[in-house]
Amino acid sequence: MTDLYFICLYVILSKQGTAMSLKLKVNNAVSTVDVPPDTPLLWVLRDVLDLKGSKYGCGIGMCGACTVLLDGQAVRSCQTNVESAVGKSVTTIEGLSPDGLHPVQVAWEQVDVPQCGYCQAGQIMTAVAFLAKTPHPTDAQIDDAMAANLCRCGTYPRIRQAIRQAVKAGAAVHTS
Amino acid sequence: MRLNRRSFLQITALTGGGLALGFFDLPFASAQFDPQAALSPTAFIHIATDGTITLMAKAPEIGQGVKTMLPMMIAEELDVDWNKVRVEQADLDDKYGGQSAGGSTSTQSNYLPLRRVGAACRQMLISAAATRWGVPAAECTTTPGRVLHAASERSFSYGELAGDACALTPPSMDSIKLKDPKDFRIIGKPHANVDNHSIVTGKPLFGIDVKVPGMLHAVFAKSPVYGGKVKSANIDEIKKLPGVRHVLVVTDTPANSAGTPDSQIEPGIVIVATGVEPGVVIVADLWWQAQSARSKLKVDWDFGPGATQSSEKFAARAAEQLKAPPTDILRAYGDVDGALKTAAKVVEADYSYPFLAHGTLEPMNTTASYKDGKMEMWTASQSPAAGKSQIARALNIPPANITVHLTRVGGGFGRRLNTDYMLEAAWIAKSVGAPVKLLWSREDDITHDDYRPAGYHSLKGGLDAQGKLIAWRQHLAAFGEGGRVAGAVDATEFPSGRVPNFASYTSAQPLLLRTGALRAPGHNGYAFVLKGFIDELATAAGRDPIEFNLELLNATPIPMAPAANGRRGGNDTLNADRMKGVIKLVAEKSGWANRKKVPGRGMGFACHYCHAGYFAEVAEVSVDAKNQITVHKIWAAGDVGNQIVNPSGAEAQVQGAILEAMSQMQQEITLTGGQVQQTNYDSHPLIRFDQQPEIELFWSMSEFGPTGLGEPSLPPALPAIANAVFDATGKRIRTLPLERSGFSFA
Repeated sequence: MTDLYFICLYVILSKQGTAMSLKLKVNNAVSTVDVPPDTPLLWVLRDVLDLKGSKYGCGIGMCGACTVLLDGQAVRSCQTNVESAVGKSVTTIEGLSPDGLHPVQVAWEQVDVPQCGYCQAGQIMTAVAFLAKTPHPTDAQIDDAMAANLCRCGTYPRIRQAIRQAVKAGAAVHTS
Repeated sequence: MRLNRRSFLQITALTGGGLALGFFDLPFASAQFDPQAALSPTAFIHIATDGTITLMAKAPEIGQGVKTMLPMMIAEELDVDWNKVRVEQADLDDKYGGQSAGGSTSTQSNYLPLRRVGAACRQMLISAAATRWGVPAAECTTTPGRVLHAASERSFSYGELAGDACALTPPSMDSIKLKDPKDFRIIGKPHANVDNHSIVTGKPLFGIDVKVPGMLHAVFAKSPVYGGKVKSANIDEIKKLPGVRHVLVVTDTPANSAGTPDSQIEPGIVIVATGVEPGVVIVADLWWQAQSARSKLKVDWDFGPGATQSSEKFAARAAEQLKAPPTDILRAYGDVDGALKTAAKVVEADYSYPFLAHGTLEPMNTTASYKDGKMEMWTASQSPAAGKSQIARALNIPPANITVHLTRVGGGFGRRLNTDYMLEAAWIAKSVGAPVKLLWSREDDITHDDYRPAGYHSLKGGLDAQGKLIAWRQHLAAFGEGGRVAGAVDATEFPSGRVPNFASYTSAQPLLLRTGALRAPGHNGYAFVLKGFIDELATAAGRDPIEFNLELLNATPIPMAPAANGRRGGNDTLNADRMKGVIKLVAEKSGWANRKKVPGRGMGFACHYCHAGYFAEVAEVSVDAKNQITVHKIWAAGDVGNQIVNPSGAEAQVQGAILEAMSQMQQEITLTGGQVQQTNYDSHPLIRFDQQPEIELFWSMSEFGPTGLGEPSLPPALPAIANAVFDATGKRIRTLPLERSGFSFA
């Protein structure tokens, strides 16, 4: 029994850093990646699948710049092991809409939200997941939903304005 | 390989493509230009024969909006339809003139030169058309993108004329006429950021997004104590880890660069070029592999003298210095000590603010490729030219062999004026002989910043029986040595020269830590102090703070002795009328005169002048039983001249500056055993979405030329909020961060 325990432990430990073949569905396209299963999804998206839209900001799930949708739920891809995304559908900013015309994206452009722009993919993905569940939010609900996405430039006033505008344009119906 | 600028982030996709259009390109005489204005239209404007117009954006885009605003200046005078213009980020090249982002100078230094570039090009297109038609140029006009001859009802598109225009002698600069601002179609109208669509669709734009064929990824573990050295490290073990290709060790920093002040970005703000700091570089196939390998890295450091430093010791030493005679007299006139003795009322207060990190959301990074003696780099920098010359010196590469491409920058705030990370990337790429992207972790960024310097101030003010300020004594205990003090107050800083008896002193203690410019450097710290203390004086005098400030502004300024007046900014260039203009405006808009006293709720005022801009701000706050502050609203009035070039970008800058001021009020960097204790946004927090106040902005238009506003709108927000908290609670916030004064933002 003890031997088996150590054999199992050895197998687990030796798997660390060892690449495995994993099948991922990202933006409706299936690809196979060879990475250690504990690699954060963010780094697989960025450096293996070459989807640079999701950003690295803090690496501890605090800033939200890496936010993607996992089966429609907003998650921090820096805190999500790639293995846990297997069998699920990952949506990144690149796959949010075929033409970049999701009402949230349109509102963001019209309101001229971005300053440096670095956090905005995460802001948009958070807003999209939120509006899918809460199509007609109050200001207090918007506050709650967006409070965990940091913007260093201070685009919050325009994010609020863009969310209100997206609500009017019917962001909810566009969300898969 | 010559890379298409627009596509440099995806080099793999580009090799077969590229542009092959007939660019408008010719030499340009500029003898009558002043040197700063000697810019060539050929550098900035490309008109293809198919009519495609491309404008080059010269300066680094750090979120301050220059990639949109500067090309707007060209487009206005060129007379083109903004929606049909393409804007491209320029590489680093002398032909563009200065290419840096700092000091809120882009608007001021480019407003006339870039308009002239556009106007010169328009004039050449008109000449080309007039020649073809055989009519006087004076009979030709333009509509966006076309030259017209109304009398014969003929017209040409700019594209049709580009070839002919190439053959023309360029106009002399004094013949170039600029538009009357009342005819502006582009300048003064809100224009959205040109990269918005790329941003909202996740296109690769930033330094961190760069991908070069065969590129490896690097992390750089530097000493937790500034100035520390590597004694040994388990590099053999690290080399065996998955994906790891190279491990480099820098045991010591070359003597010629360690700690030597290299350049002065702002007076009082010393950027120290360090060379490559000691540490261990891990280069792997993927960044996550390098970062994972780092978690197994064991380094035996020699921390050196920096390890004795701590925030407690800094504060204790500063307290001693503030009680002792100062080491440096910045400015003194009248008899300040005598006046304080005879004053009807004396107010004394000590203020302090901490070191701060910049924490740009995109961590420091640069991609570099070194081949056959040539260095090619892609960098998110505010000061790429400085980085290039630093690399040329440190790595012995002729500047002509260094190519620097500028990416969009995920936040600057002054951090990227320092180009340490550019040098590191260049050195690593040269060492390993392959293209490398160096990316700092967030923890690297917070713990190896060049920090906003802390400051400790002791102030005394004397009021006469009528409540008039008759004496002002300030003493700053700062950091530095010799004549170099980080974060020094300008000798002429308000109310210098406006009080009959005045003294401004500095003492300094040595510091083994890099300091640098943070948005509105110097001012972001001492505006909180000086404008808070003025509010204290007004209260002690039983007077309205705005009326008290206006009285100081109305005083005839005592000029600085010319020899001592080597410092920029402050009272010597302050225009009292402009300041009074913004004060009046914000007082009116905020309903200051009719404000009502509600328990737990308060309003505070502050005004400040810096970076050629004037801002007055009023904050309305409430404070709960737990001393948690809610900032409900900030009214801001600004005067940055006679033209807001891009109102959308301008408003965004002010909103951002005010929210940044709130972040600054709750952040601190502290040292224990020489090590920075904060590592990420959990311990160095940014203001959150649900903490934002309503912000209302008003412009006071004056007859002066337009100047920048990324910085001047920030400093007054801190004292305005602190003064509002006093109004609400009767408690003064004299120590930042808020927590050290017993407060926090709700």
